[in-house]
Amino acid sequence: MSQQTHATEDAEVNGENTGARRDPRLLATVASPSGWLEAVKRSLKGGELGPAPVIVGLILIGIVFQSMNDRFLSPQNLSNLTVQIAAVGLMTTGVIMVLLLGEIDLSIGSVAGLSAGVLAVLAVRHGVSEWIAIGVAVGIGLLVGLLHGFIFAKMGVPAFVVTLAGLLGWQGLHLNLMGSDGSINTSATGPIAMLTQTYFVPVVGWFLVAVALIVYLVSVLLVERRRRQADLPYKPLVEVLFRAFLLALPLMGGVWILNQYKGVPLAFLIFVGFVVILDLVLRKTRYGRMVYAVGGNSEAARRAGIRVDFVRITVFGIASMLAAIGGVMFVSRNFAASVSTGGGEELMMAIAAAVIGGTSLFGGRGNAYSALLGGLVLGAITSGLLLLQMDTSVRFMITAAVLLIAVILDAISRRGRKTHARGGG
Amino acid sequence: MSTPILELSGISKTFGAVRALSEVDFHVGAGEVVALLGDNGAGKSTLVKVISGAHPADSGGVMTWDGTPVTIGTPADAQRLGIATIYQDLALCDNLDIVGNLFLGNERLHFPGTLDEVEMERRAVELLDSLSVSIPSLRVPVAALSGGQRQIIAIARSLLGQPRVVMLDEPTAALGVAQTAQVLDLIERLRDQGLGVVLISHNMADVRAVADRAMVLRLGRDAGDFPIAETSYEEIVAAITGASDNPVSRRSTRTGSSATATKDKE
Repeated sequence: MSQQTHATEDAEVNGENTGARRDPRLLATVASPSGWLEAVKRSLKGGELGPAPVIVGLILIGIVFQSMNDRFLSPQNLSNLTVQIAAVGLMTTGVIMVLLLGEIDLSIGSVAGLSAGVLAVLAVRHGVSEWIAIGVAVGIGLLVGLLHGFIFAKMGVPAFVVTLAGLLGWQGLHLNLMGSDGSINTSATGPIAMLTQTYFVPVVGWFLVAVALIVYLVSVLLVERRRRQADLPYKPLVEVLFRAFLLALPLMGGVWILNQYKGVPLAFLIFVGFVVILDLVLRKTRYGRMVYAVGGNSEAARRAGIRVDFVRITVFGIASMLAAIGGVMFVSRNFAASVSTGGGEELMMAIAAAVIGGTSLFGGRGNAYSALLGGLVLGAITSGLLLLQMDTSVRFMITAAVLLIAVILDAISRRGRKTHARGGG
Repeated sequence: MSTPILELSGISKTFGAVRALSEVDFHVGAGEVVALLGDNGAGKSTLVKVISGAHPADSGGVMTWDGTPVTIGTPADAQRLGIATIYQDLALCDNLDIVGNLFLGNERLHFPGTLDEVEMERRAVELLDSLSVSIPSLRVPVAALSGGQRQIIAIARSLLGQPRVVMLDEPTAALGVAQTAQVLDLIERLRDQGLGVVLISHNMADVRAVADRAMVLRLGRDAGDFPIAETSYEEIVAAITGASDNPVSRRSTRTGSSATATKDKE
């Protein structure tokens, strides 16, 4: 039966078919390196591309721009790149939650702008402490999102329309708040500015990498030991170590490069921190399972006793809150909030990054790391074209092409999954 | 025969001016498979919805559970008593794997509130083993499964709540021959484990294969309760259509009752 042979592919991607319990229908074992390669090949053919195309794309972008301008891969440029992508990246992180529900949030740009406006007006015009101003701006973002979610979930208005109204309305409120000032300059030394001006000394970066790797290894080994004790299929030690090595490569490489300039930037760390937290929430908690379930089949979720409305309202709340944090980052990087903050390409770039990173627009499929990968791709293109002194017009066209390639890959892989009976969506 | 787990008598249900069920009696005991038969619009689904709590019955009827009178007003009431219903559309999340679907809305957690995947997978293996169901990997998205496997997962999920009565709405409707056999095997295993099974089906071959009794509804009324082993195909069809003169019996007299002979082979 074809679905059974293909069912095994997933098992091999997860590497779960070694160990005590093996069904005779499972094709290969991943215990040996060749078996593992076989499994990878089969899963690629079955349309399970994972992050592979994005990573290949990133490497290609790196090679192309480096060959055209040798400053592209310089520590300084890469360090700036990581700070530049943080604000839109945070917006992407939020929009991924909404995309997982199979919905869309068009208001995140306006919400980021509103948050920037609130922050600047409170901190500069009213002299409120900057920390409190940041808190209020983020809190307003959360409330705005909860309102969107409430109108969508409880009143049944399509999310597209609710957030389209939000796109207009919150931008209006933002302009209204700014009043006659085109832009409000914030302090260049306060906590707001610190968010993007702080870099950690090299030892901090290495310490974080070490902690991340140790936590990863220990938690995976504990789980695999429990699986073995429970007589379930488990990953052999070799594979666990290999995965840890694959994780260590970008972590150590990244820290090594960033340390050659000013060290790991706080802004990038905040972005990555939110991505990691979101990933853990999505994969490891009941709430995350609910989000995937509602995105996959909301009727099934409802019948399983999941409070679908609660999930929808909170997801929109989280998305707008992350957009508001993105707005704070915009102010921090520019030392100012202006009437145009969040009103331009930010919305499109945030959604494009999510899709390029591999989150499906159809709900239920995707993960938090697509914010990081997609953000890096778009950030690299922006930074490379700036170095080549190309116009924004060229950047838009190239970004569009990359976005199209990502969506086409998604569509093809979805078709692959369908013909291999792995479900679309 | 021992006292039934669930017994309904004189159950009626009206929707506006339409009387979908009138004075219907029904019962199901432990270790018994009862087929619920009837033409389209006969009230089968309404009866199932009354029992599952989706549509509470009109006042007047009596429902007893283990001999004590109960009222089922909401799906939660039915679940608390131990009634599980598997509807035709299965309600599975295609993007989640088998373990995720089995425990959806009922996840096992460890201490800091994170999902205990190992425990859930272990219990899933146990559950599927107890049903003699073999599926290569439990970490496959449900979309990758065949129709029969999906049906089996939907049934298995309902068993996690330790029900005593399981109601299946057209479990074999969209399945091929081999997959139908898998599901029928599973129904027999549920019966052997002492559960009461209510099977709604249009497929008389399935009904004759697994059911002990057939309860027939016609236009919202009782049209008979037949022990399958002692009833012919024609008698049941006559009860469903409400006439002894029906296309099926006309055909069997014309073809010299050869159809009867084959159908009656148990």
